[in-house]
Amino acid sequence: MTTLRKIFLRREAGIAVMIVLFCLAVGAVKPQFLTLDQLRIILLLTPLIMIGAMGQMLVIVARHVDLSIGSMLGVSAMVSGMLYRYDATWFGVDLPWWSGIPISIVVGALLGLGNGLLITLFRLPAIIVTLGTLSLYRGLTFIISNAKQIDRQWIPSELKGLAQTSPIMGIPWIIFIAFGVALLTYFFAMHTRVGRQIFALGSNPVAAPLRGIKVNQVTLLVFAISGALSGLAGILYASRWGFVNPSNTGSGFEFQVIAAVVIGGASINGGVGTVLGTVLGVLLLGCVSAALPLLGIPGTSQAAIYGAVILIALVIDRSVRQQGIASLKRARA
Amino acid sequence: MTDTTAVAPLISARGIGKTFATVDVLRDVDLDLLPGEIHALLGENGAGKSTFAKILAGVHRPTRGSITLNGKPVEVTSPVVAQKLGITLIHQEPISFPDLSVAENLVIGAAEDGWFSRVPWAEMTREANRLMDLLGVRIDVTRPMRGLSIADQQMVEIARALASNSRLIIMDEPTAPLTPREVETLFAIARKLRDEGRTIVFISHRLEEVRALCDRVTIFRDGNKIATDTIGNLSDADIIRLMIGRPVKEYMHKTGATIGEVALQVEGLTLPGVFSDISFSVRKGEIVGLGGLVGAGRTDVAKAIFGVTPAASGTVSINGKRVSITDPSQAIALGLAFVPEDRAVAGIFRTLSVEQNISVAVPKQLAPGGFIRRAVERAMGEDAVRKLSIRLASLRQPIGELSGGNQQKAILARWLLTDPGVLILDEPTRGIDIGVKAEFYSIIGELAAQGRAILLISSELPELLALCDRVLVMSEGRLTADIPRAEATQEAVMRAAVPRKSTTEGVAA
Amino acid sequence: MSTIKTAAPAQADISPVRPRWQTLLIRPETMTFMLLVVGVFAGSLLSPFFLDLSYILRSFTLYSELAIVALVLTMVIIAGEIDLSPAANMALSACIFAWAQASGVPIPLAIVIGLLSGLAMGALNAFLVIGLQLPSIIVTIGTLTLFRGLAQVLAGDKSIRVPEWFIGVDKIMLAGVPLPVVLFIVLAIGLGIVLGGTIFGRNIYQIGTNEVAARHAGIRSARIKSTLFLLVGLVASVAGIMTASRLGSVRYDIALGGELQMVLMAMLGGTYIFGGRGTILGTFLAAWLLVIVSTGMIVANVLPAVQLVVLGGLLIVAIIATNLIYSRTQR
Repeated sequence: MTTLRKIFLRREAGIAVMIVLFCLAVGAVKPQFLTLDQLRIILLLTPLIMIGAMGQMLVIVARHVDLSIGSMLGVSAMVSGMLYRYDATWFGVDLPWWSGIPISIVVGALLGLGNGLLITLFRLPAIIVTLGTLSLYRGLTFIISNAKQIDRQWIPSELKGLAQTSPIMGIPWIIFIAFGVALLTYFFAMHTRVGRQIFALGSNPVAAPLRGIKVNQVTLLVFAISGALSGLAGILYASRWGFVNPSNTGSGFEFQVIAAVVIGGASINGGVGTVLGTVLGVLLLGCVSAALPLLGIPGTSQAAIYGAVILIALVIDRSVRQQGIASLKRARA
Repeated sequence: MTDTTAVAPLISARGIGKTFATVDVLRDVDLDLLPGEIHALLGENGAGKSTFAKILAGVHRPTRGSITLNGKPVEVTSPVVAQKLGITLIHQEPISFPDLSVAENLVIGAAEDGWFSRVPWAEMTREANRLMDLLGVRIDVTRPMRGLSIADQQMVEIARALASNSRLIIMDEPTAPLTPREVETLFAIARKLRDEGRTIVFISHRLEEVRALCDRVTIFRDGNKIATDTIGNLSDADIIRLMIGRPVKEYMHKTGATIGEVALQVEGLTLPGVFSDISFSVRKGEIVGLGGLVGAGRTDVAKAIFGVTPAASGTVSINGKRVSITDPSQAIALGLAFVPEDRAVAGIFRTLSVEQNISVAVPKQLAPGGFIRRAVERAMGEDAVRKLSIRLASLRQPIGELSGGNQQKAILARWLLTDPGVLILDEPTRGIDIGVKAEFYSIIGELAAQGRAILLISSELPELLALCDRVLVMSEGRLTADIPRAEATQEAVMRAAVPRKSTTEGVAA
Repeated sequence: MSTIKTAAPAQADISPVRPRWQTLLIRPETMTFMLLVVGVFAGSLLSPFFLDLSYILRSFTLYSELAIVALVLTMVIIAGEIDLSPAANMALSACIFAWAQASGVPIPLAIVIGLLSGLAMGALNAFLVIGLQLPSIIVTIGTLTLFRGLAQVLAGDKSIRVPEWFIGVDKIMLAGVPLPVVLFIVLAIGLGIVLGGTIFGRNIYQIGTNEVAARHAGIRSARIKSTLFLLVGLVASVAGIMTASRLGSVRYDIALGGELQMVLMAMLGGTYIFGGRGTILGTFLAAWLLVIVSTGMIVANVLPAVQLVVLGGLLIVAIIATNLIYSRTQR
């Protein structure tokens, strides 16, 4: 039994070790990889994925998958973007620069709730529903924006400033926001009743209603959170990149996020996942992404690497579980 | 011991009946459970004791009857409601959230606080440890439930019952997977709980344990409550007689069939943790019964022979030749057939037509040129309907619309089409009405007369005794008896089926 | 054999069978067919071109590759699994084929290489899903990302051209019908016969309905499912190469988002997402329906964005509808 515990503990430690080894390996070939500047670059690659990964982790822990997060990111970013552009024309007054943040979060939450309603009301598998909303919401982005991009001049500069710097050691605000979300997720997942119920639901969905867990409501909450966090990632996209484009914004986001969550140790079968592991997973992918251009590997191979990573993580997960179960069976016989 | 006449019952059941589909599993059960007693429910497989307990625990709703708790009528509509009423059922395979810690499993879902209220980890852990100490068990409450031994899982379930202050704790066959020491621990706890004034219901087959632990006993048979009495007033013989004693109706006596050479020979079959060293043979024309209690491993042996989950070691020989079967398709090619016990799970294709269900195991007959001949399929179906008197509206209707008995006949028809030399039947008449059972018995007899070797796995003693030339008995993964027809009695089979304790020191109170 | 009368009342035994016409007509395929008729009607109102058969046929060629793969994908879904990687497979196979022939490999050999790579991709899926028992949905999301990514690595952002004579498979006409459409129809007929009339096809339904029972009945489900994944891989590579011929060049983003359209065709055709039900006919009709809807939207000058919304919405509506129809009969 203690060996099983060691396996669980090992996962996070294992990822941390992999990060260190990877960075050392790359640093050996390209010493500039191990500079503080490089750290900044790595960290800047991660905040959006970090935020999305927190939501996706909860979804996966609940034994679902949300493929629509990229599109939800796009819609919520676009809604705020449109408001920034047309606020004067529509309302006669300029909205404050920070108003996009709550707006995007709310829009995202509503979209996520839409996913959740389809899943709980009609008992449909999350994967197919979110495959559908992936397209549906992406289309919404085009419709809302009339297929036009929101350019740099329309995004408030204070918003863009969040991604540049802050009084604290010059580390951009969005990195703090991202880690702040991670911290909040930790508290939610580990220290609130409903957070624990999410884990219970994914661990044994059959037993959950028997123990008084309101399955439908918890499921709706999980998807709403996933949507809200996608919304937050959306407005931060505008902050980071300075524009919102109907076809690109958020495109492919879901695969990066799922890869990070799966590497981070969350089990596809639900019930297992830690914030620390997910954060490490995001960081590992960040390091890999940052290393690629340095090593001369075209950025186009990112997708391939993410795909391979997902598969490898799945296989590792399965063999760890098998071993665990097998050793228990032997012990019992 | 409490004087049963003076104390008001904790729970009273009156006229409890339960019908599943068309089968009555419980009829008119009246029972009082007193506070501060350990009450055993005894009975054969399918006697109704488990169903009754599940009704008390809110897993099933009774079709008829009423329940009063402390004098007030209650409706136990779900396990959650049962918990609130102070009734906890501890399953044989405890249900839990494997990825959550022990301490969490104790409290999850039970608290009435809002969603976003803080989880009091420190307090939870303290309370969990307190309960563990109370039970005298050493379990690390911070570790996940996954991987705990069954004994420990049961302890956690009991702790949960205590945490929710249950007054009635029902244990369903708890000792089956436990070592003698673990059983000791469990009994000590049960006694402690009883002395606190709680009520323990103990469902078991093991007579010595019941005698050692329980105050009163209720015996079920065929869905009826037969007797309730203080344990001291009944001898073992009395109990067994009450459990199984009934005029053994001769549904049919086995038609004389010539018994030929050995068709199926099994030697040293072992699957660690499930069954070990199983050796027996079945001859042509012979009907060999395989009796035993649920969980003895009989179905696993059948699945091993048939290749669904092969054994780890041991040999199987068909008609004298050693064979290696790793997949059911191989078994079928060698002339084996297997009618599984749970037809809903492993037998029927619910939404597909009856005729398709019948023809599935004989693809070569059905599609000799590669394409399915519907006329052939129709003929197969009509033939089966005629021979086995299957009642249906149309061969094209989904098999799920048929009654249990007719579904079972269709499955049997499926296998008969393969013209098997060896036919393994696993609880073939379970969930089937009396009249249809009789049809099955005569069919089985005829099959043997045709020279097939039949292995009949059954938990119904009269069935085994009426049909079989020999009765094998398994208990806890081992073969404990091989009883020829002449010496086979219900007592003999039951004795071999009920596990013996390995130590002779009893579990004295 | 002696027949012993049962004591139980007759009514409890049997429920009345539905009349034949009901089982024939009240099925998802009928819904698809009716939608198709409605769609054609609506389309004709939008534009006179719609009733021009050759116009519709030519429009179909744009979707023919996806439709062809959707036919095989239907079988995978009926068997209880799912494969989201074929569109990415198409792209990668096409890229490998194009890159091979651009490197000087003779076209026939390049085609073989392309087909083999498609087969290998299918084999990877089969190994992970059936060999390692991993859930097909996540595995194929992983392989879809991997394949698309590898296509990106291979082709970068560039287009790889194919020789002039190779271009224009969609211009080849057989009796006035473009070749890809002919292939689609032929494949549909062939697979329909296999699925409906052979043991292999039967087994697919049985595995999808109840895999445990199928195993117990001697059906070799692992072998059959593996074959299906391999088949999808192979057909996807064929489709990818066909696309190369139609477009005249190969890019990594061929059939981007195609997995949605393929799944949509299967779902609109009445394939039950949980397995055990569905028909080639249904997917066949749904493919036409999708073409009608897409073409209609183009003719009506509907923005591509709105088209996306419609497609996504259709998928959701389709699964809800099929779920409802099937759960009603699954008592």
